[in-house]
Amino acid sequence: MSDYSVTEPSLRQKWVAGALVVTYALITILPLIWILTTGFKTPTDAISYPPKVIFEPSLEGYVNLFTTRTRVSPEALAALPPPETWYEEIVRNRDMVIAGPSRYGERFLNSIIIGFGSTFLSIFLGTLAAYAFSRFKVPLKDDLLFFILSTRMMPPIAVAIPIFLMFRTLGLSDTHLGMILLYTAVNISLAVWLLKGFIDEIPREYEEAALIDGYTRFQAFRKVVLPQAATGIASTAIFCLIFAWNEYAFAVLLTSGTAQTAPPFIPTIIGVGGQDWPAVAAGASLFLLPVMIFTILLRKHLLRGITFGAVRK
Amino acid sequence: MVGPLAFATLSRGTLMSDTPIERVAKATPPTVGRWIRGLSDRTIAWLFVAPTIFLLLAINIFPLIWTVNLSFTNFRANRPNKEIEYIGLQNYERILTDGDIWLTMQATAHFLFWTLFFQVLIGFTLAWLINRKFRGNDLWTTIIVLPMMLSPAVVGNFWTFLYQPQIGLFNYVVEFFTGTPASSFQMIGDVSLAPWSIVIVDTWMWTPFVMLICLAGLRSIPDYIYEAAAIDRASKWRQFWTITLPMVLPFLMLAVLFRGIENFKMFDLVVQLTGGGPGSVTELTSINLKREAFEKWRTGYASAYAIILFVTVFGLASIYVKALNKVKER
Repeated sequence: MSDYSVTEPSLRQKWVAGALVVTYALITILPLIWILTTGFKTPTDAISYPPKVIFEPSLEGYVNLFTTRTRVSPEALAALPPPETWYEEIVRNRDMVIAGPSRYGERFLNSIIIGFGSTFLSIFLGTLAAYAFSRFKVPLKDDLLFFILSTRMMPPIAVAIPIFLMFRTLGLSDTHLGMILLYTAVNISLAVWLLKGFIDEIPREYEEAALIDGYTRFQAFRKVVLPQAATGIASTAIFCLIFAWNEYAFAVLLTSGTAQTAPPFIPTIIGVGGQDWPAVAAGASLFLLPVMIFTILLRKHLLRGITFGAVRK
Repeated sequence: MVGPLAFATLSRGTLMSDTPIERVAKATPPTVGRWIRGLSDRTIAWLFVAPTIFLLLAINIFPLIWTVNLSFTNFRANRPNKEIEYIGLQNYERILTDGDIWLTMQATAHFLFWTLFFQVLIGFTLAWLINRKFRGNDLWTTIIVLPMMLSPAVVGNFWTFLYQPQIGLFNYVVEFFTGTPASSFQMIGDVSLAPWSIVIVDTWMWTPFVMLICLAGLRSIPDYIYEAAAIDRASKWRQFWTITLPMVLPFLMLAVLFRGIENFKMFDLVVQLTGGGPGSVTELTSINLKREAFEKWRTGYASAYAIILFVTVFGLASIYVKALNKVKER
């Protein structure tokens, strides 16, 4: 490397650029930090003005998130036996007793079941289709690929009208199976496009060599292509999972109880007298953290995933 | 790197071993095995593609046809037993002459224009800065990207807290820097500020998307082009306009296409933030459509509405893609 380069920015340029980017990053991360910290505030601290940056952490938000509580009179409270657990103590300090668990756990579990179910299905079907599109002469290939993509252009609400009627007729409304099928149908376009890109990158010679060695197509696919595509399949799976995890429009329109996922549920968390922001923040934190971690793990493939494989680095 | 043939031999080694799968394979009747082995490539191709196509036909195309059919009726989903009457093009006629729908379209246009404007401006600038390759740029890029991967509904809901006039962080920050008292303005409750409140959150959330794509564009420009320009004594400014911008343009246009389609469909974030209010100043088309379909239960009318929206997105996107391909070819 020479002393002077026309393409390498000067040190001063780097400093200025770095400072600006870091400033933007800090501003943009602030709302997320606020979600994470508000979860550990008491309701009073959460709504104090000016906003509290330094506060005494409390688990009240998390306790409120997982329980339903009823208010009791001070006399009745005094008559109760002393609290057995730390969370009962927190609740009693507010003149309340725990009435039972909240629905957050169930909703979170629904998100996991529907998310993983639909991801598994879309990857399974998507890998097969992507392999066929990548390796064989499928008639009308380009049209089919475009058709698969164009299903993504429909506004979810427009799709939801007939789906709503269809699910009602078939008894699939508010069921896990219905939501898994629906999310699979939405995700499969992403899966096929991304996976086709990943499989295209695997040299055909590997399979051809395997075929010459007496493998059948199926064996070549299973034992040569699949292991090679493992990284691509894994990152596609994470993208499908994140989509299903975040989805709101279908969930709010087509589920109400049994199969409701967390996104429509979290905004409905309310406390006594107004929204219980620490509980909402606690619920949001638990829900958003896995995605943040996956994003950091996925950063190399991020661009590809969000552009349907149109941009590859 | 192991050569292709060596690789195949390696795999063959594993084939010989007696894995559980192999045992199952041995247990399957030979006819099935022969049947699978005997399949031609063509059959396999169809076997592999068919389930996906079937699923999409069942959950995307069949419903779409059903919607078209419903759009010619006065069907109401909350009264399923009432007889369905075909009323021809009346629904379409009513939608296209309805003044409220045009207000909704205006709100959508405002939202689309300003979100795209800010996201392109900030996103490109950030990408350009990150491309100065300062130390730790990977780490900061990852941090900036975080908001776009999160659930818009959950995040949008929390932003209503940040926007609270008495206690919200957003209002506090505005007071801190401009001196405008935090309790003197309501981002969500005010008719003139609400359209901007959704633009701000969407920009916050999706600028990283444009940034990432621009960054890929910037990184795809080979150094030697700049070196040649420097030899020709082109100024930095001129290099930017004649090399950087034209070469990033296809990427930028792709980003705009994705964001344009997504924001035209926008529902979750805005529903949680403003719910379309106050009044209907932030009632974007998707929210309006949801009202017609799932609150007023005018299913036939809403179906016609949905078809009009779909045709609009599809038409605009196709024209845009043609333009994009022209830019790419240059």
